[in-house]
Amino acid sequence: MSETITRRLPAWALRTNGAVVLIFLYAPIILLVVFSFSASRIPGQWGGFTSEWYATLFDDSRLQRTISVSVKVALVSTLLATVLGTMSALALERFKFRGRKVFDALLYLPIIIPDVTMAVMMLMFFSQAFDLLDSVFGIGLSKGFATIVVSHVAFNIAFVSVVVRARIAGMDATLEQAASDLYATRWQAFRFVTLPLIAPGVLGGALLAITLSLDDVVVTQFVAGPGSTTLPVYVFSLIRKGVTPTINAVSVIMLVASLILVAGSVGLQRANASRGRQQLRTPGGTS
Amino acid sequence: MSVGIAEAKRERSERRRGFLLALPSFAYMVLFFAVPLIIVLVYSFATRTSTGSTALSDWNLDAYRKLGEPIVRNVVVRSVILALVTTVICLVVAYPFAWFCAHQRPTIRNLLLIAVMIPFWTNFLVRNYAWRILLSNGGPISSFTEAIGLGETNILFTKTAVVIGLVYAYLPFMILPLYASIDRLDRRLIEAGRDLYGSGSQTFRRIVLPLTMPGVIAGSILVFVPSMGAYVTPELLGGGKETLLGSYIVTQFLTARNWPVGASLSFVLMAVMLVSTIVYFRSGGKNL
Repeated sequence: MSETITRRLPAWALRTNGAVVLIFLYAPIILLVVFSFSASRIPGQWGGFTSEWYATLFDDSRLQRTISVSVKVALVSTLLATVLGTMSALALERFKFRGRKVFDALLYLPIIIPDVTMAVMMLMFFSQAFDLLDSVFGIGLSKGFATIVVSHVAFNIAFVSVVVRARIAGMDATLEQAASDLYATRWQAFRFVTLPLIAPGVLGGALLAITLSLDDVVVTQFVAGPGSTTLPVYVFSLIRKGVTPTINAVSVIMLVASLILVAGSVGLQRANASRGRQQLRTPGGTS
Repeated sequence: MSVGIAEAKRERSERRRGFLLALPSFAYMVLFFAVPLIIVLVYSFATRTSTGSTALSDWNLDAYRKLGEPIVRNVVVRSVILALVTTVICLVVAYPFAWFCAHQRPTIRNLLLIAVMIPFWTNFLVRNYAWRILLSNGGPISSFTEAIGLGETNILFTKTAVVIGLVYAYLPFMILPLYASIDRLDRRLIEAGRDLYGSGSQTFRRIVLPLTMPGVIAGSILVFVPSMGAYVTPELLGGGKETLLGSYIVTQFLTARNWPVGASLSFVLMAVMLVSTIVYFRSGGKNL
């Protein structure tokens, strides 16, 4: 411990700051849950306990439709982004090929690009592409489910790829060589050695992708069609019109969904750590 | 020599395998990311016609020139100031917190880091909405300040509310890189500084701060860039009263239908992001 510094910067100041930060981070979330059970019609005031607002959710068909769109978009885009992201991670970490550097740079951009810019890009692209398809082939397309999925995959490939690459970089390449020394075909080496080893990274990437897909408001708002809106975009438009106790209840449901995903990723990290130790004892013991 | 040929052949087939493996996502990223990016660039040089559509035939810098006009300039300046204030507050709060984390026992340290990560994973819209409820008139914070005799606070739909929301949204982005660089700091250097009769503040300024600079820069970029382009937070907590860059761009596309100006502003926003990233890598940072 560096007592020299802690003597100067009093320990109690650091501890107070720590407590304030934690309260700042968690109080809003906890209070939101509390107020979702308040009987008052004004969302920020306490008026006794009720679960009435959750009951109203089940009657709202518009809400249910947007939930189902959100879930479908998240699942389809995550599946596509996970497959494509994992393939690019393997290519970038394990192979040299022409255009590798360009591809690497291209995969960094979606991570750092502002939401609004990405949204603008996708809107302009689809409107141009649809105009082109209409005038050349006479195919009339419009924005909807597919455009949302395509846009989500476009930013999620990069995130999956980064997570999987970190996993591959920390992996022992000699295990794959050992497999090929033992006359495993390339496919067998991949299927029985590489894939089980990178699986936690792939799963972690998929969890991140699903979280980002369920989080997105800005890009989706730009590429959604009239009939296909996701839950966050719908809730966002509701909040702008005015807050209601029902929105409190919807928010808590979204909160619970994201907390389940967090629990998944934290659990994955821990399982990951313990499995790593196990592999040291019995190399290749996974199947 | 035949070994050399076989080797070259093997290497060529390896390269082809790598290329084929990368091809599907490479093609996807070119079609659905690089091409849209180029379209935005092309549009930023186009002209808006009187009907609200965009004429591509006449290339000019009008859209960029419009950025110098007072209305747009005010929006940009306001966004930069708000993003700077957010970044400085995050830095001042996060540095001692990251320091505190780095000096705990491993178990507590991990718990604290997970506690910082959880809000980062929870739904972004919900986190902003929570503040809308907290800050509302007659809401929890207002009732609290009234109860302790400070009177009602009406900060919803002000710049303060936007800054609170932005700090809340991006604080983890500041804490995590700071923690990483403080954790890497060699404690013996601090002791050496003290042994050489450096005061606490001298040791901090001359040793600790320079050594943790990569974390400071990384955290600042990770907070500043999204704050600059923020859209959801200013809309929900600022009430759209004072337009910021993100909202202004969205308006250009969804209501004003002035695509060239929207495109040029998006491009400026991205340029800010790219320059900051390059600054970060130049300053010795390795990963974002």
